Amino acid sequence: MNIVGFLETQLGAFLPQPVVLTTLIVLKILCIVLPLMGAVAYLTFAERKIIGYIQVRIGPNRVGPRGWLQPIADALKLLTKEVIIPTGANRFLFLLAPILALGPALAAWAVIPFGAEMVLADINAGLLYILALTSLGVYGIIVAGWASNSKYAFLGAMRSAAQIVSYEIAMGFALVGVLIAAGSLNLGDIIEAQRGGLSIFSWFWVPLFPLFVIYFISGVAETNRAPFDVSEGESEIVAGFHVEYAGMAFALFFLAEYANMILVSGLSAVLFLGGWLSPIPGIPDGIHWLLAKIGFFLFLFLWFRATFPRYRYDQIMRLGWKVFLPITIVWIVVVAAMVVWKLPPWFAGA
Amino acid sequence: MSTVTSYLKSLTLWELLKGMRLTGRYLIDRKITVQYPEEKTPQSPRFRGLHALRRYPNGEERCIACKLCEAVCPALAITIESEPRDDGTRRTTRYDIDLSKCIFCGFCEESCPVDSIVETRHFEYHGEKRGDLLMTKDKLLANGDRFEAQIAADRAAEARYR
Repeated sequence: MNIVGFLETQLGAFLPQPVVLTTLIVLKILCIVLPLMGAVAYLTFAERKIIGYIQVRIGPNRVGPRGWLQPIADALKLLTKEVIIPTGANRFLFLLAPILALGPALAAWAVIPFGAEMVLADINAGLLYILALTSLGVYGIIVAGWASNSKYAFLGAMRSAAQIVSYEIAMGFALVGVLIAAGSLNLGDIIEAQRGGLSIFSWFWVPLFPLFVIYFISGVAETNRAPFDVSEGESEIVAGFHVEYAGMAFALFFLAEYANMILVSGLSAVLFLGGWLSPIPGIPDGIHWLLAKIGFFLFLFLWFRATFPRYRYDQIMRLGWKVFLPITIVWIVVVAAMVVWKLPPWFAGA
Repeated sequence: MSTVTSYLKSLTLWELLKGMRLTGRYLIDRKITVQYPEEKTPQSPRFRGLHALRRYPNGEERCIACKLCEAVCPALAITIESEPRDDGTRRTTRYDIDLSKCIFCGFCEESCPVDSIVETRHFEYHGEKRGDLLMTKDKLLANGDRFEAQIAADRAAEARYR
């Protein structure tokens, strides 16, 4: 990128090389994390507005013009509130849990390619890195539930742990399908592998359609969003794993949940909808296409939440183990066959 | 329905998609929110809000201390004491309605033989300290003076149904 090169030469003139490198990486991280935080804030606003509209209401409209300052007000409120630590809680783990939840949700963005050259860490094991980090997120929830020393929090954590482990498997198998189709773990290469003459129909969502659907539904389950939000389950176990949290510690869980939603949307866009590839032949590729696709998936998240009632717990387990798992395994075989026999138009060149 | 079709239906997420179509339609539907302080819903002339004691046009208070309202009040919110006045008529010396007990049923108004105690359409009021919601005779008469025009109009509009 030009700006990076410019900064590198300017800073390199009077700073040693390692310092320049660190500064640039920190700047790049800020360029990802700060817009992400803004996106999380306004995702909560979009959620309240969209769900309001679906319920024939108009949603928040009092703070600022048309309610646009509502997330800022919410953030300020949470910042100024007291962080209450229950008497029986394990202090260290209680405060560590929200960080454990948020950390992986942010770190996973390092390998997401925003454009042909726009990626923080262009590593070849990108998908593996993402699988590892998204799996780590569950520790935040388990630790939070255990350290709170509260039965509701503990129940929520147990539910969440079992659920996330179950859907991780279906999700992993869906990713295996993508790996076979793309022949690479590098997210940039996966996007390039989806380039083809049919524009949107050459992307992986067509040949891998069952995996695409299963991946996104598993993603909804992984992020503990409705209709898979049994770990929160406000009508049964109050607020699940974060009952005992208040103020900024609670806000971190909130940030983590919404950052994870954006991450799952981003991954679905990258793996199945061609990331930054343009759907219309005349218009150039770029980050705007990726953002539009992420927005589409985020809207689906909110739409699901406004439409579906919460699954019963045994139904969640049945869906994960007895429906998704067999379908993914069968479709992996189908994908492998398509790749081996170089099925046109998707795998002709593979 | 045969097993095969129900199986296919669940596999294609048919019913979930139908649900999403329904909520999607409501997403673009007209919103029915009434933005309260700026917009208000229409109010019936029979609305039962804050109480008032009325006067005759010559300024004489209507209440004759018959205590029917006190007797009928299901929440026991009304307390009346009475004495003969200098001109020999019976009048209340105390007429209290405890609004924190009142259930706004309107029985006091129904029972009143002289249309003295009424419930107005006014409902946007509050109490800031203890006792603010204990309506005394003075406060009730003041309410009557304040809302008399609307009270009279509402009684006239409702007269043919009484």
